[in-house]
Amino acid sequence: MSGPERSFGDTVVRLAASHGLVVQPRMGFADPRRMRRGLLATRDADATTAGTVTLDSYTRVGDDAAVRRALARGEDLNGYPIVGHGPAVTAAMLDGVATPDFPIQVRHGSADPRHIITALLRAGLDATEGGPVSYCLPYSRTPLRTAVDNWARACERLASSPTAHLETFGGCMMGQLCPPALLVALSVLEGLFFRQHGLRSISLSYAQQTSPAQDEEAVAALTRLVAELLPDVRSHVVIYTYMGVYPRTAAGARRLLAESAALAVRAGAARLIVKTTAEAFRIPTIAENVAALELAGAAAAGASPAATAADTGVYAQARAMIDAVLEISPDVGAALVAGFERGYLDVPYCLHPDNAGRTRGALDTTGRLRWRRIGALPIGDCADRITGEPMTSAELIDALSYVERTYDGPDRRSVRL
Amino acid sequence: MDIVVTSTSSDAHTWNLVYLQLLLEESGHRVTNLGACVPDALLVRAARERRPDLIVISSVNGHGRQDGLRVIEALRACPELAGTPVVIGGKLDVAGGAEGGDAVDLIAAGFNGVFRDDIAEFRQYVALLAQEHPVGVR
Repeated sequence: MSGPERSFGDTVVRLAASHGLVVQPRMGFADPRRMRRGLLATRDADATTAGTVTLDSYTRVGDDAAVRRALARGEDLNGYPIVGHGPAVTAAMLDGVATPDFPIQVRHGSADPRHIITALLRAGLDATEGGPVSYCLPYSRTPLRTAVDNWARACERLASSPTAHLETFGGCMMGQLCPPALLVALSVLEGLFFRQHGLRSISLSYAQQTSPAQDEEAVAALTRLVAELLPDVRSHVVIYTYMGVYPRTAAGARRLLAESAALAVRAGAARLIVKTTAEAFRIPTIAENVAALELAGAAAAGASPAATAADTGVYAQARAMIDAVLEISPDVGAALVAGFERGYLDVPYCLHPDNAGRTRGALDTTGRLRWRRIGALPIGDCADRITGEPMTSAELIDALSYVERTYDGPDRRSVRL
Repeated sequence: MDIVVTSTSSDAHTWNLVYLQLLLEESGHRVTNLGACVPDALLVRAARERRPDLIVISSVNGHGRQDGLRVIEALRACPELAGTPVVIGGKLDVAGGAEGGDAVDLIAAGFNGVFRDDIAEFRQYVALLAQEHPVGVR
């Protein structure tokens, strides 16, 4: 079961080179039989796929008692409880599913994933995702300093497997309205944190935003920064289909998914995490996931790598933020904590107590995400700024639903928070 | 008015909270936004310290009804918060449509208002409360 043929990262890079973009669902079911069916359906879909085991939210926050209670009562959970099921159940669930051409990743969203890392290693898995910033600031009240310590220990534990792979979630912060340069900077900084704590196979994430041209530039900046700052790591870039307010029409949802697959190919990413047409309403079924994977695979096959993206300053801004943070301390975790304290990193609209909250992003008339307030971000000379007052509540709703409106068409405007 | 905006203990969503803060500030109110995943004890502590004129609980993860019934009991158990207006809104249950019954339960448990996603109704409630609220006096 060991050796490079089992490495999630190496397999994705090999498959992407030989078969094209690797597409992956966000799929997790409490019942091991259903989880196994979901993985097999993913593997057998008409696309180049990677499998996903998404964990439930009780496991995410370490509430093992709630998991045990739910399992004992036969209640459903919103994901696979890898800790509660234990290694034997999970190994049996996976038996014969993982093949040399079907890598599997565990997804969780935890600010303290130590128990999850232990459980997935025991079950014979060693690929997962997250990060000390990206799984702390948006979704928890855990102090950033604590999340950094938790993640340092978790990385070291994961790195005990020679084929371990870890993906940064930093390129997806807040889902929407975060200017791309900050997404790129956070993704790279989390990658540097992973490397410092022993990982040698890392993927760097970036979530599709509001402007295809700006997204292409951002992924080019991310790729360049990875080459400059993580040259000794085996790496690839993973794109996430839009994570904000999702189109409500099936046609709009499909167009947005196809656009994200084309972005991934144009920008040279190896992997794409898809969304389904059910996304605006509920947790998708296995069949809806398979349909999304096949649509994304087909859209990717019809796209080709683009020439150099136009440079509007995403690279320069991201580099300035990364350099300012790394200058604080040779320890990336300490540098991240101090970087947020000083406001060198400051995520717009993020309410976490350790986020300064002095920055604001906004959409310009062409759909590009730009800075309206930069707070103490060290990008005074290169920020892509627009002037104006901070957004009103009505403008915020407008900006949050920009993608939904664009892809659903003007008559389908609706507001859901 | 001084208003505390908060999510519930189990809810990690924040765009709803950002929106409500902007909306209330635009009407001239001062907002303390407690953010995501606020444990009951933290909300109670913040409310006792700040003695706000209104507490707005917003939840969209489907557990709002259960979390709301629990936290209102804790708030009302504090003598100094017994009369503080407390309202709840958002998507309060998983089914998302079963009106009526839940609202009655929540009002009976001590909420002063229950708003689904009807923002106009909420704004009207806040405007009326502000009218009743003498400027500069608690």
